[in-house]
Amino acid sequence: MARAMPTQRRVAYTALAWIIALLIFFPILWTILTSFKTEAVAIADPPVFLNFEWTLENYRIVQERSDYMRYLWNSIAIALGSTALGLIIAVPAAWSMAFVPGKRTKDILLWMLSTKMLPAVGVLYPIRLILIELGLLDTKFALIFILTLINLPIIVWMLYTYFREIPGEILEAARMDGAGLRAEILYVLTPMAIPGIASTVLLNIILAWNEAFWTLTLTTVNAAPLTAFIASYSSPEGLFYAKLSAASTMAIAPILIMGWFSQKQLVRGLTFGAVK
Amino acid sequence: MGRITLDKVRKAFGEVEVIPPLDLTIEDGEFVVFVGPSGCGKSTLLRLIAGLEDVSGGQIRIDGQDATGVPPARRGLAMVFQSYALYPHMSVRKNIAFPLRMAGLDAAEQTRRVEGAAEVLNLTDYLDRRPGQLSGGQRQRVAIGRAIVREPSAFLFDEPLSNLDAALRVGMRLEISELHERLKTTMIYVTHDQVEAMTMADKIVVLRAGNIEQVGSPLDLYHTPRNVFVAGFIGSPKMNLLTGPEADKRGAVTVGIRPEHIAVSADAGTWTGRVGVSEHLGSDTFFHVHLEGRSEPLTVRAGGEVSLHHGDTIHLTPDEDRMHRFDAEGLRIA
Repeated sequence: MARAMPTQRRVAYTALAWIIALLIFFPILWTILTSFKTEAVAIADPPVFLNFEWTLENYRIVQERSDYMRYLWNSIAIALGSTALGLIIAVPAAWSMAFVPGKRTKDILLWMLSTKMLPAVGVLYPIRLILIELGLLDTKFALIFILTLINLPIIVWMLYTYFREIPGEILEAARMDGAGLRAEILYVLTPMAIPGIASTVLLNIILAWNEAFWTLTLTTVNAAPLTAFIASYSSPEGLFYAKLSAASTMAIAPILIMGWFSQKQLVRGLTFGAVK
Repeated sequence: MGRITLDKVRKAFGEVEVIPPLDLTIEDGEFVVFVGPSGCGKSTLLRLIAGLEDVSGGQIRIDGQDATGVPPARRGLAMVFQSYALYPHMSVRKNIAFPLRMAGLDAAEQTRRVEGAAEVLNLTDYLDRRPGQLSGGQRQRVAIGRAIVREPSAFLFDEPLSNLDAALRVGMRLEISELHERLKTTMIYVTHDQVEAMTMADKIVVLRAGNIEQVGSPLDLYHTPRNVFVAGFIGSPKMNLLTGPEADKRGAVTVGIRPEHIAVSADAGTWTGRVGVSEHLGSDTFFHVHLEGRSEPLTVRAGGEVSLHHGDTIHLTPDEDRMHRFDAEGLRIA
């Protein structure tokens, strides 16, 4: 691992890495900074970086004008709900594809993935009309259901990859030891797959949390999550930059914090099997 | 009790028939070894008995009960796998207790049995470790412990020693044989190693391409192989097989003579040849002898140290009473 590299070059690479990382992070940083400015400072030219009067005014106004907690709750319910429902469907599906594959298993996996290539907007109206017909438009239930379906291919694929790493003989040993299918999945497969399941869950929560197309088009008030909360502050007229920034910061903060604490798990999860 | 009967058991994967209809009875308490070259269907046969594969036809009976459609969990058999297949997330104690937990035994009884098995297998000090912290031999013992605690009606071993190094293999071989002596439970053991088969088995089943070539005690197979395949497979080094004039002379298409049944002399004998490679083991010396008009060298055993070297002329005299004769189909001529 320790490859000899001249100090100079190492310093250069480190600096380059930091520059790229900061460039990528800059818009988020700018949003967070702007959220603490007054509207006037927010659009000041030349822009003010750190030397301004910090204020919490925007957060107060945003909280006053719209009920942040309600949006937050909707986001949590939709992200966790669709993840839980997805797991309940995906664990048995991935189990059967990994351990009792049939002739068409590979085709099914590819077909599932291919559904991700479909432009979502192509089915917007059918889905909207169905939901209206069923009286489910602007309900959390509908969003949980739709986001589950959207993310299911990814969940199944990820779990399938993890399960494939588990030697089949161990499951056979469990069968010989008297375990039925339920005991085999509960006591042997799941504990062994915990790291994989954990990263699948994390990734899916993030995907569901960030999903904007369906959450914006299928909700109005009741089921609107944080994506709708942000969108409601983007207006073509008036001074809204600081407030929009405050709303954005509040919307991304939970997922950013979660991502920060679970980054090790996420990276391990996404590269699982690739490095061994 | 553990009497296992296979009645016209057949297995096909798609179009490929790996085991044509086959009959076999394994008596209670017997140590039976399935042996054969790789791909002969011996592991598949074991998995059919275990229930890990479904039969394509025929019937499997365990103690007279039809077990053909019974899932592996309810056949009352225990299996030891080549890869050990321990549960990596459980301690040794929990690994061994797992079948008892599945059977719904109370905690006190589980502890009693796990500790009993650990004592027998010298695992007492390792009960709270994880499998990852054990050596190969210890892991194999845990796998055996997990098999014995539930007192199954039969043990199935699928090449359990092939992941161990040579020295450990001999040790574990003895341990498994001792275990059988003590428990007197039916054991079915799959191996491709004919030495394991010869040393451990009460009864050997020689398989080739899913067919049973011969069933018998190790010495039956050694003394009276039913055909050329068994003759060549059982015994180490391999039996010498000769065709042509030597076979014609003895009224057969193929004749076979084991290396240990050929007398070696520097002066006179039935056959004359040249010494090729010689292998000195101390107790024995094996010569690979090139006979006139024969491309393959003949293997002969000479007791102790014999001073013959590469290129020397050697005279060989086969023990005619121990010559095996086979017909055109490769079957033994009585």
